[in-house]
Amino acid sequence: MAEFALPRHSKIVKGIDYPYKGDTKNFRKVNVYRWSPDDDENPRIDSYTIDLDDCGPMVLDALIKIKQEIDSSLTFRRSCREGICGSCSMNIDGTNTLACLKSIEDVKGEINIYPLPHMDVVKDLVPDLTKAYAQLTSVKPWLQTDTKPEKGKSRKQSPKEREQIDGLWECVLCFSCTTSCPSYWWNGDKYLGPAVLLQAYRWIADSRDENTNERLDDLEDSFKLYRCHTIMNCTKTCPKGLNPAKAIGEIKKLQLERK
Amino acid sequence: MSEYEIIDHEHDVVVVGAGGAGLRATLGMVSGGLKTACITKVFPTRSHTVAAQGGIGAALNNMGENDSWQFHMYDTVKGSDWLGDQDAIEYMCKEAIPSVTELENFGVPFSRTEEGEVYQRPFGGHTLDYGKKMARRACAAADRTGHAILHTLYQQCLKHQAEFFVEYIALDLLMDDNGKCVGVLALCMDDGKIHRFRGHQTVLATGGYGRVYFSCTSAHTCTGDGNAMVLRAGLPLQDMEFVQFHPTGVYGAGVLITEGSRGEGGYLTNSEGERFMERYAPTAKDLASRDVVSRSMTIEINEGRGVGPNKDHIFMHLEHIDPATLHMRLPGISETAKIFCGVDVTKEPIPVLPTVHYNMGGIPTNYNGEVVTRKGNDQNAVVSGLMAIGEAACVSVHGANRLGTNSLLDIVVFGRAAAQRALKTVEKGASHAPLPKRVTDKILARLDKMRYAKGDVSVGEIRNSMQNAMQKHAAVFRSNSSMNEGVKKVDTIANSLDGVGIKDRSLIFNTDLVEALELENLMQQAIVTIKSADQRKESRGAHSHEDYPDRDDKDWMKHTIMWLNEKNKTKLDYRDVHLNTLTNEVASIPPAARVY
Repeated sequence: MAEFALPRHSKIVKGIDYPYKGDTKNFRKVNVYRWSPDDDENPRIDSYTIDLDDCGPMVLDALIKIKQEIDSSLTFRRSCREGICGSCSMNIDGTNTLACLKSIEDVKGEINIYPLPHMDVVKDLVPDLTKAYAQLTSVKPWLQTDTKPEKGKSRKQSPKEREQIDGLWECVLCFSCTTSCPSYWWNGDKYLGPAVLLQAYRWIADSRDENTNERLDDLEDSFKLYRCHTIMNCTKTCPKGLNPAKAIGEIKKLQLERK
Repeated sequence: MSEYEIIDHEHDVVVVGAGGAGLRATLGMVSGGLKTACITKVFPTRSHTVAAQGGIGAALNNMGENDSWQFHMYDTVKGSDWLGDQDAIEYMCKEAIPSVTELENFGVPFSRTEEGEVYQRPFGGHTLDYGKKMARRACAAADRTGHAILHTLYQQCLKHQAEFFVEYIALDLLMDDNGKCVGVLALCMDDGKIHRFRGHQTVLATGGYGRVYFSCTSAHTCTGDGNAMVLRAGLPLQDMEFVQFHPTGVYGAGVLITEGSRGEGGYLTNSEGERFMERYAPTAKDLASRDVVSRSMTIEINEGRGVGPNKDHIFMHLEHIDPATLHMRLPGISETAKIFCGVDVTKEPIPVLPTVHYNMGGIPTNYNGEVVTRKGNDQNAVVSGLMAIGEAACVSVHGANRLGTNSLLDIVVFGRAAAQRALKTVEKGASHAPLPKRVTDKILARLDKMRYAKGDVSVGEIRNSMQNAMQKHAAVFRSNSSMNEGVKKVDTIANSLDGVGIKDRSLIFNTDLVEALELENLMQQAIVTIKSADQRKESRGAHSHEDYPDRDDKDWMKHTIMWLNEKNKTKLDYRDVHLNTLTNEVASIPPAARVY
């Protein structure tokens, strides 16, 4: 009889517990997923207890403090620390978000930090986003036009037309939404996922773009678009307050309208 | 030394960095048919250009004010405190108009006027009629203009199938025996392999080095890697003493609140509720140049009129502005204020403090983006095979103080110029001369040393000491005694780098190693910055010297250039400021007192 078991290395084991070395009573335990491809070890959870009186307010501050003061091998991406570059997306306290925008105060009890779910892990909290980036490229996320603007002039767009892409172009490509979507977990190889569909709709909704029909043709696919089952995790989790589910709904509506 | 697997690549051009400058250059080169590699240590849209907020300066004249590039040029020269090169400034302000229009054509989601044109807002130091009244010149996409531009440039690069090498950290330039740059050596973070990129031009678009300071608006990744590579290649950096403090970093967090918020009507007050900028800059008020506003705020605080329990910051008010306007024009900073200081901008002021923001100094170049150095009497000797653009470069269009909106402009105009130049100078598909093995070996030896560093001081500890020393001794106001002390401190801290230790010996995504390499880069720039500051005995732009409070055009209207050798010893020289313009379309702007 076939035996079904998880791969040997999928089990997460208990890791190192770094004791508290601060001197105030305002401390917090941070549990972090660790895995390195260099050895044959299982992933583990290391625990660091840190002094919050000597730490910035955000979860990213806690991670940087741990890396600076306790364990410099802890690996994660970060850059702008103000929620605009999208580097530090991870799963904190059960929710995908940007570590730089997630306040420590908003987490009750121990802080549990994992990489974005259901993505290959490069190391520790660093997910492999190669596939997601390739999917982004696949929707040709650039302005497509047949007509040329008047030489040396901008294309015109009324404030009302411009308003149509508000809430779309601001996406920081952190993929918190995509990796929170159960449908993407299951069919991530074929379903484009909310982040990429939001980008697809950003160009459909831009009054300057002239290839709406081709864009909709490309998306008219039972997997690419229609694996969205309106679960809404994407909108719930977006650290920028955007609404990818609505954008996907708009694409579906346009598909219906042109039938 | 460890054996490293080396993968060779041959391109016409190699661009290092994928911020706005790197992407604009890559786009121009790829679309012109040059085989181009763009190497970047972060995914392109994570580059720090993404954080630029307020706008990009160009006299598009969409607001019906008879704006012109000549006014823009005058403002930029005045803003630079006459240290900017006027030929380059003319080029930038003139090319601003087609460059920004191109951006719109590429698809940048600019905000719009009722007429459907690109929306423009007032910004610090930008005026009409040579300072008579404030101009609306900053082309804005709400308050996320950098994000809009960076993403659009990346999209255009995708369209043209540009070749990216993402999460590769550049280690050093490959310099041949004749002092020509023939490419760059890089470490692929994903698998730890070494990649040798050969190019007939190598373009450094590696950004600024704000992280040399403790409190800055810059991203963690702003470590000026290109600047440090240039120093290690035996070339000088220029005007490194000029570090811009942005007036409105959020108190504590250091994150940026755009000058565009003052452009939309925001203003600053002290503990007495006074709009103190009216005293310091009667015409421009809160929209004076950044150096002027940052100094005024610092004086207010030093004289006991700061706000808060420690009287150590200033308030910025937006609560008088219509919430609908805030929502439409300043949504990003409304969010930032809420998240980072719990302030509802429609109801209460934001606590702010001058915060390190931009490096006017960097790699000296001409207006074509070609790196220059001084060789004897030749002050404009082009370094073969090497270009630099964006914040890494010192063209110099910003001189001693950059105007807001001119950095986004700089990256786009000179990214474009570098591409145009490379298309003229590089022969497509030309072969690459063999490179002696020792060139690569020397770089790998440096990598190896850091990778196995076993000292007992952590990267974090040394970085903290360096940042604190710079924060204290190369601040808004400087003095002989403070800078002398700073020079000694920074030297000592730089020596402590010999005792650094790292824990992670892996080659896969080893951020411990990368941060150590970045720290070494920062340290070399810290030395050059504090020593450049220490030798300039005048006050000009962002360099406010308490012992020499006046500008001294007779002795000091010149660019500092400084070399650094392997023993961290510096060598100093100067280059003349280009007071000549590029064409006869505009006259040189003679030095004058700087009043706003």
